[in-house]
Amino acid sequence: MGYYGRPIVKEPVWKVPDVPAYLFLGGMAGASASMAVAAQVSGHSELVGPARITAAVGSLASVGALVHDLGRPARFLNMLRVFKVTSPLSVGSWILAPFSGLTALSAATSVTGRFGGIGTLAGMAAGILGPAMCTYTSVLLADTAVPAWHQAYPELPFVFAGSAMASAAGASLLSRPSGPAVRLGLLGGGLELASEAVLERRVETYRSSGLLTAAKALTVAGAGLSLLPRHRVASVLAGASYLAAGVCTRFGIYRAGPASLRQEQSLR
Amino acid sequence: MSERMGFFTDTSVCIGCKACEVACKTWNDVPADGMDLLGMSYDNTGSLNANTWRHVAFIEQTVEDDTRWLMSSDVCKHCTEAGCLDVCPTGALFRTEFDTVVVQADVCNGCGYCVPACPFGVIDRREDDGRAWKCTLCYDRIRDGLTPACATACPTESIQYGPLDELRERADKRLEELHAKGEKDARLYGRSPDDGVGGAGAFFLLLDEPEIYGLPENPVVTTRDLPAMWKRAGVAAVAVVAGVAASFLGKR
Repeated sequence: MGYYGRPIVKEPVWKVPDVPAYLFLGGMAGASASMAVAAQVSGHSELVGPARITAAVGSLASVGALVHDLGRPARFLNMLRVFKVTSPLSVGSWILAPFSGLTALSAATSVTGRFGGIGTLAGMAAGILGPAMCTYTSVLLADTAVPAWHQAYPELPFVFAGSAMASAAGASLLSRPSGPAVRLGLLGGGLELASEAVLERRVETYRSSGLLTAAKALTVAGAGLSLLPRHRVASVLAGASYLAAGVCTRFGIYRAGPASLRQEQSLR
Repeated sequence: MSERMGFFTDTSVCIGCKACEVACKTWNDVPADGMDLLGMSYDNTGSLNANTWRHVAFIEQTVEDDTRWLMSSDVCKHCTEAGCLDVCPTGALFRTEFDTVVVQADVCNGCGYCVPACPFGVIDRREDDGRAWKCTLCYDRIRDGLTPACATACPTESIQYGPLDELRERADKRLEELHAKGEKDARLYGRSPDDGVGGAGAFFLLLDEPEIYGLPENPVVTTRDLPAMWKRAGVAAVAVVAGVAASFLGKR
């Protein structure tokens, strides 16, 4: 059936690894920026600097991935030509642009130890934008005619939110063991696993993804390692597991989109 | 704002000459995209894409030991609720005074978001220049009161151009005629303003199921669910705030 077995909706022209990497880095950066604020407010000053640096590196790298993916990179500033609520990429650009600037500023003050007051203000503002950074990318994928992405819209924001929190926790655990990072990893990993289970029950394509299976195993491994008696090596391994899980989740969710287009075709 | 203009493609009189494809390419200076024998009846074009803005589909069917040959010139639907236009972050895609949907090539930065947003798989990114392209309903010609190139070249008036209201009336009459002649499966596609894209500015008279022609049976613009999507993303963002805050409560 169909027209010579050709899919109707076109496959995304987005590049891999650019776009899935952009999803991962943006999420990790967003949750890290919020983590830096919480650390500062609650007196965990040793966690502030690393979290700010993660946020800055992650967001600048995600801007780089986004620009590199454009068909006309020289015109990337056209992203800020208008503001459109109907375009998740427009809304996202307006979140990402100030966020990356603010995180870079706050990280720079942390590294140099100068202009601490400005760094705190910039960090606070970035921390407020952080949660939006974690979840807008789910709307970006869902707002397409790609079946697996569109059908995932009720759960996808929570998968991305949980994954972003676990990735931020992972980055923090890489630098040093701490109670807050352990708890953030458990909460984020739990949210991710729970919402992904609901998603998989509804949308078949995600069930057969090897990357998502790996992501789940790595999340559980990260959680287990983080609960071992506080030890530098266990903490680093836990952090690495969480980060690897985040990468697998984003690539797994991304790949399910084109896969669902081909699947639809074979069903026809 | 002028009257809404559109296409009515009556596939029952299409003879598969592809004059529309050629006229479109010539007028709009659309680059060639290679010579291929696709093994799809007389269709060696394949599908609408960045370099094909009219595509003639050929379907060979066996009906009661006889061969029936369906031909249909596909084109951008110029949807009332256009997904490509909604998701475009730069404003490169816009709605014209004729209610058609057009890409401004000098604004497009090639983000590619419109490509998977189109439920019909029409708009596409051109590989060498990195920008998105599709049918403009000959915006330059119709502003000068001319008929679009494809409709001008069509020798059987399978492609008709005009004010959408008139085209809809004409299509309804033609459908009645065909039904009276016993063409039970004849139907209009994209005619109803109540469909998933709010009705198409370029609609069709088909002689069989839409999917046979490579058209989705019930296309729905993705942005209909966007308010619900933003709401869920907002709740999830609050969950991040709560999760981060909770992690820093209690002892070290």
